[in-house]
Amino acid sequence: MATLSRDAVAGRLAEAGYIADAELATAIAIMQLLQRPLLLEGEAGVGKTEVAKALAAVHGTELIRLQCYEGLDQSTALYEWNYQRQLLAIEAHKGSSDPDRIEDAVFSGRYLLERPLLAAIRRRTPPVLLIDEIDRADEEFEAFLLELLSDWQVSIPELGTIKAEAIPHVVLTSNGTRELSDALRRRCLYHYLDYPDAEREARIVMARIPRAGATLSLQIARMVEAIRKEDLRKVPGVAETLDWAAALVGLEVDNLHDRPETVHETLMCLLKTREDSARMARAVTDRLLGKVA
Amino acid sequence: MSCCGTPPTLEELDDVSRLVSAKLAAFLKTLREASFPVSLQEGQDAARLLAAGYGKRASLLRSAFKNLFSARKADWEKFDGIFDAFWLRRGVRARAAAAGTPANANRSPIKSLQEASERKGGDGTFDQVPSSDQPEERERLGEGRAEGATRAETLASTDFRKLSDPADIAEAHAVAARLARAMRARLTRRDRARRRGYRLDLRRTIHRNISHGGAPVSLVRRQRKEKPLRLVVLLDASGSMSMYTGTFLRFIHGVLDEFREAEAFLFHTRLAHVSDAMKEKDVARALDRLSLLAQGAGGGTRIGESLATFNRSHAARVIHSRTCVMIVSDGYETGDARTLGREMAGLARRCRRIVWLNPMMGWEGYAPEAAGIRAALPHVDLMAPAHTLKSLAALEPYLAKL
Repeated sequence: MATLSRDAVAGRLAEAGYIADAELATAIAIMQLLQRPLLLEGEAGVGKTEVAKALAAVHGTELIRLQCYEGLDQSTALYEWNYQRQLLAIEAHKGSSDPDRIEDAVFSGRYLLERPLLAAIRRRTPPVLLIDEIDRADEEFEAFLLELLSDWQVSIPELGTIKAEAIPHVVLTSNGTRELSDALRRRCLYHYLDYPDAEREARIVMARIPRAGATLSLQIARMVEAIRKEDLRKVPGVAETLDWAAALVGLEVDNLHDRPETVHETLMCLLKTREDSARMARAVTDRLLGKVA
Repeated sequence: MSCCGTPPTLEELDDVSRLVSAKLAAFLKTLREASFPVSLQEGQDAARLLAAGYGKRASLLRSAFKNLFSARKADWEKFDGIFDAFWLRRGVRARAAAAGTPANANRSPIKSLQEASERKGGDGTFDQVPSSDQPEERERLGEGRAEGATRAETLASTDFRKLSDPADIAEAHAVAARLARAMRARLTRRDRARRRGYRLDLRRTIHRNISHGGAPVSLVRRQRKEKPLRLVVLLDASGSMSMYTGTFLRFIHGVLDEFREAEAFLFHTRLAHVSDAMKEKDVARALDRLSLLAQGAGGGTRIGESLATFNRSHAARVIHSRTCVMIVSDGYETGDARTLGREMAGLARRCRRIVWLNPMMGWEGYAPEAAGIRAALPHVDLMAPAHTLKSLAALEPYLAKL
């Protein structure tokens, strides 16, 4: 596959509905050039997962997602045998005299259940493999993943070694709930994703919600930017901005200044805890709204 | 893949690119000195990026290198400054400003450390052609760094170096080791009890029962592994605690050494993360680095604000479901006691146990009357006296129960 230049990547991302800054576009371009995984860090809600979805659209391939959690093990991440079918097959072959043949049959590809990691390396066209919230998985899993990411092969004791058909585009995301190992960090390219600035967020709103006009989008983005600076427990992410924009468009608001009451009432799209709602009293909303041009 | 599938060899390079690769080598050196994790692999990849035309524009090269060389957020934030100083020859001073993060209360000591190491990086800037006596060169730079730390230390009001008496250190380590063992022993007992497991391991069961024709005669079960307990120590290094700071610093050094997972923070009017400095095996060096981080120690205490910093910037990373937070402080809060109460509540929501060790409680006739202590008390699981290593060791049975 031809390597794309940075500008080409940015253009294709925009077509896919993801408005990236120049640095992220560079990261994606060199990720393909150097065939290294990309580690994305950033606050919750800055759109880390969206990057992987957009990347799949850029390359026109499938997105395979592995959501990590505490206690994630190989049988949910890599592969599992289909035990029910295996047991049935053993029952069915009970009369047969050749136990070796039964064993070969039972441990063949037919009884293997692909989990995300195995699926990702068995595809002919390289898919995008999203390993989401890697910091939630255990350290043992991280070590195992590191091995997979450098060798691109897995060994299944009953079947043998399976080599990658094509090297997938790997995106890892982390929220920083646990410090990742240095080895994994060094294996990956690193990108720190921040909340978009108002102008870029406005472009994101316009790309995702076509009915939101340029003025309204910019107002929304500026308002959210101001709200993020308040001392909140849960800072609203890009997804919340989009929810709010959709709500405002649905309520036929064209200009935030015309309908300050609706603005205040719909803030629940952005504020997700009781303390935060209490903090954003009507007076605060009006003060922030006053600053939004 | 494009034409640059293999890294270019020296023979293929003409004079111009030889100059570029010399410059690149010098840049890698500068990065290493600024404590970036740069290995051979990164160097090769950087050369490939240059060969692929990423060197045409400074902004393109900067963002490509930034993605390649950074490994964490701290690297990410200081990279632009280092890059500009090296390739675009902007002054070192401007670089420090560019690398400066928002004026966060706890950042400044760490930032001064960063600046110190960046100044070293600046030295590397002028040393563009890597000479054959490189190892010596590095050694000399290393020496320079130690000198810098010593100079800065005379500025600090508290001298932690006098704490490095070997006998005291050995004793502190012994206590920490005993505590670590006590807290871990409980884990192993739990482990054994859980052997029976709550979930069938079908894969192993089938494997074991192939000889029975697949009928599951003997079952194999599995159980989630228990996480080791993590101890997070927050040590008050304010003036009113100065009598005890030494004892507890030695204890912290032991804790970081003996516990499988531990983190340490120091606070007075602001909070500093000191685990990395304290993990230095050589105690004298550890205390040297610490002095640099703890400038301003010995003044007043703002426990509430320090806890707020901890909750905001560190808690998510440092605290997991099996974390015990140990606060060592006399509770004399010079800030607002209400802030302290609120932040303690926030901390209590996050972690499993909070232990508050209070040296003043060892004194006769002391009652927890200080406003700070009173605000914190409802959220503390264990409040205990501790002013010497002996009293710490006496806590072993209580801590083991946590």
